[in-house]
Formats: sequence, structure tokens, C-alpha cells
Amino acid sequence: MLRTWRQRVTLIDLMVWAIGVAIAVVVVVGTIKTLQSGKYEPGVWLDLTFKGLALGGVYALIAMGYTLVYGILKMINFAHSEVFMSGPFTAVFLAISFSKSGFMDANPVVGMALVTILSAAVSAGVAVLVERVAYRPLRNAPRLVPLITAIGASFFLQYAFRGLYGSGFKAYPTLRALQGSINFLGIQIFNTQLVVILGAFVMMVVLYAVVQRTKVGKAMRAVSEDKEAAALMGIDVDRVIVFTFALGGASAGIAGILYILIFPIAWFYMGFIPALKAFTAAVLGGIGNVAGAFLGAMVLGLLESVGPNLFLDGLGVPTPSQLKDAIAFVILVFILIFRPSGILGEAVTDKA
Amino acid sequence: MQKLPSIWITAIRNGLLAGTVSLLICLFGMVMQFEQRYIISGVVTMGQILYMAPVFFLGYMLARRLNLAPLKALAVGAVTGFFSGIILAAFIGLGQLLNLRSVLVQASPELYALLTFNLDLIPGVLAMLGFLALIGALGAALFLVPPHIRGALIGALIWTVMAGLLRDLISTVMQTWGPVAPLISWMFARSGLTLIGAAFVFLLSGALGFVHLKLPVWVVRVVWLLIALVVLLLPRILGVFLSDVLDTVGLFILMGLGLNIVVGFAGLLDLGYVAFFAIGAYTMGVLTSPELHGTLTYWEALPIALLVCVLSGFVLGLPVLKMRGDYLAIVTLGFGEIVRLLVLSDWLEPWLGGTQGIQHIAYPVIGNIQFGSQQMLYYVIIAFILVAIFIASRLKDSHLGRTWMALREDEDVAKAMGINHVTTKLLAFATGAFFAGLGGTLFAAKLSSAYPQSFQFLVSINVLSLIIIGGMGSIPGVVVGGLALVGLPELLREFAEYRYLVYGAVLVAMMLAKPEGLIPEARRELELHEAEVEAVTEPEPEAQAGGGS
Amino acid sequence: MSKRVFVLVSMLVGLSMLFTACAPAPAATEAPPVEGPTSAPAPAAFTCTDSIGCVDIGPTDPIHIAYLLVVAGPNETLGVDSRNGIEIAIDDAGGKILDHDVKFDGEDGGCDAGPGQTAGAKLAADNTIVAVIGTSCSSEARAAEPLLSQAGFVTVSPSNTAPDLTEAGNANNYPGYLRTAHNDKVQGAVAAKYVYEVAKKTKAATIHDGSLYADKLQAVFAEEFKKMGGTITAQTAVDPNQTDMSSVLADIAAGAPEMIYFPIFQPAGPLIIQQARQNAVLKDALLMGADGLFSPDVVTGAGDFVEGFHVSSPLVTGADYDAFVAKYTTKFGKAPISIFHAHAYDAFNMIKAAIEKVAVVDADGTIHIGRQALRDAMYATKDFKGLTGVLSCTPTGDCANPTIGVYEYHKGQYPPELIWPK
Repeated sequence: MLRTWRQRVTLIDLMVWAIGVAIAVVVVVGTIKTLQSGKYEPGVWLDLTFKGLALGGVYALIAMGYTLVYGILKMINFAHSEVFMSGPFTAVFLAISFSKSGFMDANPVVGMALVTILSAAVSAGVAVLVERVAYRPLRNAPRLVPLITAIGASFFLQYAFRGLYGSGFKAYPTLRALQGSINFLGIQIFNTQLVVILGAFVMMVVLYAVVQRTKVGKAMRAVSEDKEAAALMGIDVDRVIVFTFALGGASAGIAGILYILIFPIAWFYMGFIPALKAFTAAVLGGIGNVAGAFLGAMVLGLLESVGPNLFLDGLGVPTPSQLKDAIAFVILVFILIFRPSGILGEAVTDKA
Repeated sequence: MQKLPSIWITAIRNGLLAGTVSLLICLFGMVMQFEQRYIISGVVTMGQILYMAPVFFLGYMLARRLNLAPLKALAVGAVTGFFSGIILAAFIGLGQLLNLRSVLVQASPELYALLTFNLDLIPGVLAMLGFLALIGALGAALFLVPPHIRGALIGALIWTVMAGLLRDLISTVMQTWGPVAPLISWMFARSGLTLIGAAFVFLLSGALGFVHLKLPVWVVRVVWLLIALVVLLLPRILGVFLSDVLDTVGLFILMGLGLNIVVGFAGLLDLGYVAFFAIGAYTMGVLTSPELHGTLTYWEALPIALLVCVLSGFVLGLPVLKMRGDYLAIVTLGFGEIVRLLVLSDWLEPWLGGTQGIQHIAYPVIGNIQFGSQQMLYYVIIAFILVAIFIASRLKDSHLGRTWMALREDEDVAKAMGINHVTTKLLAFATGAFFAGLGGTLFAAKLSSAYPQSFQFLVSINVLSLIIIGGMGSIPGVVVGGLALVGLPELLREFAEYRYLVYGAVLVAMMLAKPEGLIPEARRELELHEAEVEAVTEPEPEAQAGGGS
Repeated sequence: MSKRVFVLVSMLVGLSMLFTACAPAPAATEAPPVEGPTSAPAPAAFTCTDSIGCVDIGPTDPIHIAYLLVVAGPNETLGVDSRNGIEIAIDDAGGKILDHDVKFDGEDGGCDAGPGQTAGAKLAADNTIVAVIGTSCSSEARAAEPLLSQAGFVTVSPSNTAPDLTEAGNANNYPGYLRTAHNDKVQGAVAAKYVYEVAKKTKAATIHDGSLYADKLQAVFAEEFKKMGGTITAQTAVDPNQTDMSSVLADIAAGAPEMIYFPIFQPAGPLIIQQARQNAVLKDALLMGADGLFSPDVVTGAGDFVEGFHVSSPLVTGADYDAFVAKYTTKFGKAPISIFHAHAYDAFNMIKAAIEKVAVVDADGTIHIGRQALRDAMYATKDFKGLTGVLSCTPTGDCANPTIGVYEYHKGQYPPELIWPK
């Protein structure tokens, strides 16, 4: 013991912990009171859990884009929300024409595959384009500079899509093949939800395998460790970065398709909220860490779905679901107070 | 691979790029929207200028880059223009075959007609190709004029377009200036400038750009004094609308000065700055609005509101002390959203008005003078800005300011040197919150109301962008950034629909071309310069040729 | 560079000093606008006797009608749709009123008080404007209307519904303000009446989306419903950009209501329909929205779940409306994107009719419009046949037709079926 307890713990630490403890107390008391009141059937919680997992899966796929790019370039790709939006927004047109011609109902698998591949390609394309135009020329600039171009690119893309395709809401046609539900422990689970959870899980495994098992994944990790050393070892850094953006973009595009299966409306502003949540999830899990992004997204999706009713209802807060996003951010603060680098993150040392 | 592509290939590439940009401008609906909007009455519309601009610009840039003999440069410009026309022609052709409109809403028959000069398909497309080749050549020709005249020419062109665009505004202002009012009908047509007016503006601004005067110091001083006087008289001269715009710009400058301390001085990236703006406005509302049983006056409520803001700055500061960079960004962003959600929520509706907001908020009154109208509030805002500038510039060179900068440059080293990062950071957040809160109270007073939807994430982004465009850490930069990013879009309200599109493009372009901002702080410019010196070692021509791909 | 800017700025400053010195002290805003800047000297002896001034329009000058709608940002569909409606009305009028071209332009109000006030100030400065169509949102109206009213304009809103704007004696009821949209009080009461008396439901829950419109409407509904003897099990809210409604629906389901009233907009509306139908408790509840969900996108957005969904809305079906939609689709390449296009169409035509009634036309074609006379004519509008029904204005500016219908959606069909009143 080099220092006494009093020297190690400052007043500020105590205050910070007090905030953390206050959050914890509110959550615990709220939960107990809600459960005591018996307002909700046990089945409701199970139902909300499944919905939360589906949402978490989507967040996880979007978060991959943030986390992969961050891992390599140490920058937040703020335009990722538009990368996410561009895929499903474009795919809506294809899906509508497929369902009108009856092709989708006749060959649901081929049709879905086509739509998915197309939207993943569009998203990947947008991501690569943004990298080429807005980020690559600024590789050596101070970190705030690419952040601002990212925000600019995000606005530009949002309104470019609005200009090209109009500002209305575009409904995604219902897919007959995915209608219906199964019964699980007395809870109705919809096929779309199952597809989303499974799809997200499969995609995560694929992404993890790409990063961990393939040659290009190895190159990505090398670049992320040390760009210059990687270049000296014969890795084409630019190509690896483009690939990273494409991979993150494609995964966001697929996330978009899954998202639109459960929430079948597309419009040019649709990317902002889910991407913000995915970004939160990536930070929650420890940004730059693939497994962390997945974990963070699942935790966030779950808490967001269950949280408002579980934590706030018992405290007598009217319309708890209005504060859903607030819960997500408070949880983020709570976790970062006790683990400042996120759940699975390593200690960051960055320099402005 | 080392060999440069021939100039013709470069020209074709650039042409295709220009054509794509033109096509996008058409498809965004900008051309059709401004089809009736004359810049010079009966001669050229804003819509035409918009789709010609990329061709003209790239023609010019190409001539500048390749630095060719006159005839060759003209030919290269023409080729660029021609190939940009090819893109548009291909689009028109496709539009004849398919109904593009079911996907691309702006691909209307009127657009095709406009692009082909209302001629039949084949002659129309040919005419368009010829016309765009001419525009490309004109762009190249601009490069051929001697540099000092060229600068004046470019300036004159920009001023003329601006004068045409701001026709309504200028003529409204001129009306109130008795003796010049008769000039209105001479200079302006019903839409845009008259030919004479355009020539007048062109020559005047061209001449001004051409003249270089060396003024003695005392003249400069007198002129600054005059400028200060005019600033004081502005609301009287400009009328309600422009005063309103100035107020809004002023509020953003005030917030910018505060955020400049947090981000520019201390290097803490705060994306939720709007929270303090909201807290200021809402505290003012709760304390002064009779609806919520507030009984205080503006001046009585102000210190309380500011205190609340400073305290909330501390509260935000506490949990984020250990976080850095991007973690800080997301947590502050979250804080901004939490505040907005809370003021919107039904839960706090009895105290904060919820969805219905707060109305009848008090405005400043001194003696018998009421500062409620936009024109009067201007003076209060100017006064507060001056105070804020004073505080900020004193802080910058103070011990605290240097501590902030030390933390910004390297937190670990700063800590090792014995800097108490805790109080330093908390003070930065609190000072920033103070300025934003001040802005918030004035905002509430200006509108005499506060609604949750005024406190969107977008406000934080606007403030952040303006200090970065102006030049991070630079106080005059904040003022310039505010005028450029908040004032200019308000003047060009016609473009409201394209505001964020242009805004986004400008942010990207600005960061690529001049990342240190319009009025850079000396120290930051130096840093960026270092980075540039490294970047320059890359082979130059290759990087440039890539620009067209 | 900076030297040149400096020279330019100083010359401009010098000039402006000169002008201000010469100018008669510029009148403050209170002065009523007297003459348009482009007015030709009236040959005939027309003297303006109007208490708040006249607009004079030269023989070749256009009649200037402006809009103040939300045409940019996340809420823009609301305003763009209204503007499209006005453009069709102008086309239908042949682009002319009294043989003068119509000059139609305007400002974005952002569906928010701040931008609304700025836009109002801009329009108020232009004294060629005869009338303004707007605003889109009630918060904009509260901030912009003081300025527009002061400037002597007539303002007709196609979509403000907050009751205070037309409440006699309320500080927010400004002279010259009218609206073709429904006062929330009317629509909320009709919806409550239908649910309680016709559909015979006694337990209801409501959802709003944080907009002034939905919040007020659900509040009126709940109040009326309770007055009739019904029970409100929950009054909740969602965020307009929220897509996952499961937690709000769980909250509502705990009270097991027989119906849910959610007078909100796209895209949250169809998502609630869909997710409520998938909720074990709520799947048979009566779902009802308001005119915010009277749109073809609801049919596609909610898919098969749309079956049986009710909306209350002014009676806008009929041959005239179908013809309007056809024109809209041809002109803008798609069906109406929001709901207040017909109200905006009527707003323009009401203004047109009032101008034609009060304008004094000289022999050479010069028009004089008394601003107060125009306001009086607007308030006196009676039995005006519009797309949204037969409109008559109250002295405080409520012009909407009070007959409200309840419609029921069916799978894949648009427009929905009118079920009440039969």
C-alpha cells in the first residue's frame, strides 16, 4: 500500500460514484416497484425481450461499421447513418416492383436475396464513396477535421436522397412468405422477428470470421495496430481501408434490410436514430472491438425495449416510452462511469 | 504507370464528372425550382446558372491545372463541356425510353424540355452539347486573362449573381433609403436584375476588386469607427427581417464563443452543447412565464438561469472527466438528447410545459426601454457578445487558458506537469455552459416562448460547425463563422429546401480546402501546416489526376 | 485579399452612412404599409381609405401571394404537400387573379417557433404581399403571426389546429388570421362522440407524438370521452421518429382498453397499427387516427393490418377531390404525400374569391386592395364550396367545415370507406 485510501479517492470520485449509485438505486427501486404492482403479465417481459433482441441485432450490424472504421482510422464515421439509410431506401423501389410483378411471392428466397445483395451493395458503395471523397484526403489531418467532413457528408447524403427520390414515406411491401408467427413458451414470436435475430446473428458470425480468420481480416487488424508498420510489411493500406468501409457499409445495408422487415417504412431521415443508437452501442461495448459492439448492441436493444416499462413505470412516470432514448443514454453514462472504456474496451490513450 | 494520362483523357474525365454533378443538380430539383428565378431578367435564370456552374468551374480548373497554350486550353475546356453534355444527353435519352419519374421524382418532362431549349429531341440535344462546350471553353478562357484582372472578374461575377439572388432583400432595404429608392426600378426587374443593373453591379464590383489602395493608418482607424457606428445603427437601417437575422446570428455567435472555450481552448469535443442553451431558455421560461406562475423579470431571472446552467455544466462534467475523445462526444450528445426528451416529456409537463412549450416569457426591460422587439433585442445581444468576447479573450491568455491548451495538446503530459485536470475540465464545461445559457435566455426572450423542438441535436452541430469553419480557438473566427454559417443561409432562404444539402457540401469542401478555418488561430495554423508539409511530400500530379476519377 | 475586402466594406459602409444621413428617419415597423414599390402612379383618382392601408398593383404587375410552410427538414412533407395543393389551385385559376399573374413564393418556417419568426419577419417586410398561406405548425403561427398581422396581411393556415389561435380574447388570436384546418376542439369531440355513441366503446387509451397537434387533439378527445362517461385507461406518447412501439403498447395493453386513439402522423402511425395488431391484448381493439393518417401510405405501410383501422377526417372524398388528386399526380409525379393539400387548395381559392370581391380595378388594369376590406371579406366568407366541404368563417377565423366523417380502411384499398355519418 503506497497510499492510503483517502489519498487515492478524491472528492470528485465520490461525487461521480454518487451519480452512478443514484442511477442504480433508481433502476432497482423502479424495477421492484413495477414488478410488485403486477401491472404487466410475465409474458409481456418475454415478448419485450424478444423484440429487444431483434432490435439489438440490427444495432449490432450497424455498429460494426462504426467499430471497424474506428478500429482502423480512429475516427467516427458520422455519415454511417446515411450509409445505413441508403441501402433499404433504394431497395424499396426494387421490392415494390418485385411484389407488383408477383416475382417476390413466387420466388421469395431469390427475391429477398436479390434485394438484400443490392441494398448491401448500394450501402457499401456509398460508404466507399464517402471514404474516397471526404476522408482519404484528410488522413493526416487533426481528428476533428474528418469528423466535420463526416457530419457534412451525412447532411449532404441525407438531402441528396431526399432530392433524388422525394421526401415522402415509402412503404416496404409485405412479404407473404414471412407472415405468420410461431408459439414459443406461450409467447407469439413473429417470423420476421426470428429472421431478423437469426440474420443478425449469422451476419455477426460471418463478420467475426472475416476479421479473425481471413487474410484481409488479418491485414485489417495489422493496419489497425500500426498503419506504417503494416505498410512496410507490404500491406496496401488504402485498399484495406476501402475494404473496411465496404464491409461496414455492406453490413449496415443488410441491417437496413432487416430493420425494414420489422419496421416497413423508409424515408430519408430514417438513418439518424438507429445509427445514433448503434454508435452508442459501439461505445458501450468498447469502440473498436467487434465482440464488444455485438455485446453492447444486445444490451442496448434489450434495455431500450424492456427499460421504460420496467424501470420507470413503477416510479409513477407517465408515458415512460417517451423517455426510451434517455434511458439508453443514462445507461451509457452509468456503464462508462464504472468502466470508462466500455464493457470490453481496452484503455484508450488518444491525443487530440 | 508513372506516365500522366494525356490531357484529352483528363478533359473527358473532368467532363464526365462535371456532367454527373450537373445531372445531380438537375435531379435534386434545383434547376426546375429556380427555372423562373431570373438573375438577369430575360437573360439568365438561377436554374441555368446552377447546371452550368460545374461545367464552367471544371473548365476553369482544368485550364489552370494543365497550364496550356491559349488555343489548346480553349479546346480542352470545350471537350470538358462537350462530355459533360454527353452525360446529360444519355440521361435525356434514357428518360425517353423509361419512365424514370417513378423512381427519380424530379425527372419530369419539363426538365428535359428545359435542358434541350424546348427544341425537338435531336436538335435540342445537339444544341445542348454545343452550348455546354461553349460554357466549358468560357471557363477555360477565364484562366487565360491576366491574373489581376481575373480576380476582379471572378469577384464581379459572384457579386452580380448575389445581387440578382438577393434582389428582394436589396430592393426592400433600398426603399427605406429615400434618395436611392428611384434606383430600384432602374436596377431591378420584376425578377432579378435588369441588364443595366447587372452591368452596373458587374462594373462596380469589378472595379473595386481591381483597385488596390494603400490607406494611411488614420483613415483605417476612422473607417473602423464608422463601421462600429453602422453596427450600432444596423437595426434601424435594415428593418425587422434583417434585424431578426442578426439576432439569430448573434445568438449563435454567443454560443460559439462558449463552445470555442470547451472545444477550441480545452479540446473537449462536446456534441450536446444545445443542452445548456435549452436549460437557459427553460429556466428563464419557468421563472418568468405567468403560465407557469413565474413572477420574476428578465433581469431577476437571469442570474438564477445562469447559475442553473453553470451547475448543469458541472453535473455533465463530472461523469465525463475520465473519458476522452469519442467517448466524450457520445456522452455529451446523449446529454443533449436527454435534456430535450425531458422538456418534451409528459412527465415534466406540469413544470415545463411539455409538448405545448412555454409562452409569454419575459424580455429585458431597462427603465422605460423595452427590448422586446427584434430590433431592440439586437442591442442586448450585441452587448452580451462584447462581454463574452472580452471574457473569452482574457481567458485565452490567462493562466487558466494556458492550462486548457496544455490539456488539449497532451493530457498525460499536462497531468505530469502538475495540472489539476479535474478542476480545469470542469471549469471549461461550466464556462461554456454559462455562455450557452446566456444565449438561451435571450432566445426565449426573442421568441417570448420556448418549444422542445427548438433544441434539436442540429443546433449543437451548427455551433460546432461555425467555430470550426471560423477557425478553432480563434475568437474573430467565431464571428465570421456565425455570419457565414447562420447569416448567409438566412439571407438565401429561397434555398431553404436545399439548405442542408448545400450546408453539407460546404462543410466537406471547406475541410478539404482550408481545414484551419477562415480566420485561423496562429497556433493551430502552425500545427496544420506541419501536417501539410508531410502531406506535400506525396507525389503531387498523381494525387491530382485522381481527382477526376 | 483582406485589403480588397476592407476597401469594399469601407466603401459600402460609407455609402450606407450617406444614405442613412439623407434618408428621412426610417419609420419603425408600426407604420402600415401604404404602397407597393412597383406601383404605377394611379391615373384615376383612387384614394385609399382603408384603415390599415392598401396594396396597389400596377397593370402589368402580379398579385403576390406568399406561403409560410415547412418545406425543409424532417417535417417538410407537411408543408411541401400544402404548397403543392396551392400550386394546383393556381393552375386551376389559370395562374391569374383578376387578369393579373399570381406571384407565388414564400419561406420555410421549419415547423418551429424560431425559424417561423424569422420567416414571418421576412414576409412582413415585403409590402407587395396581399395574403400569406401558412403556417404549417401552430408553434410557427404563434411566433410569426404578430409580425404578419402587424404588416396588414391576411393569413390563412391550411394546417394549424391549436384552439388558442382562434379563441376569442386569447392573446394568440391575431387580426387577419384564419384557417381552413379544423380546430382540435371540433375534431376531438367528433371522434369521442363516434367512439362512445356509435362504436359503443367505453374504455379508451390515447397516444400523441409530442407534436402540438396530436397532444391537443388527444387531450380534447380524452376530456370529451370522459365527459360522456367513458374511461381513459392511459394517455401516453411516442417519439415521432420512434419505430419500435412495443413498450408504449405494453403500457397501454396493461389497461386493456377497447380502443386506442392516436391522432399522429407517418411513419409512426402505420407502425403502431401494425404492432398493435400483433399484440395479444390489443389485437382486437378499435384503432383510430385522425386526418394525419388519411393517406395512401397507410395502406402500404401497415399492409394487411390496416383492415378495420379508422380515421376521422373532413369529408374530402368526391369527384372534385378525385380530379384534384389526378392533377396532383400528373404535376408532381406522385400521389399527395401528406394531408393538408386540400385545405391549402381551399385557402388559396378563398383568398382569390375575397380579392375579387374587394379589389377596385382602374380602367388601365391597376388594382387596389384595401387590406382591412380584404380581411373583412375573408371573415365574411360564407357557404364557400371547397374541396374540404362547404366553408363558412367565424369572426375569429375558424373556416373549416364542421362535418367530420369517420372512415374505415380495408386491405389494399384507398381511399378508405366512409362509414359515419352514412
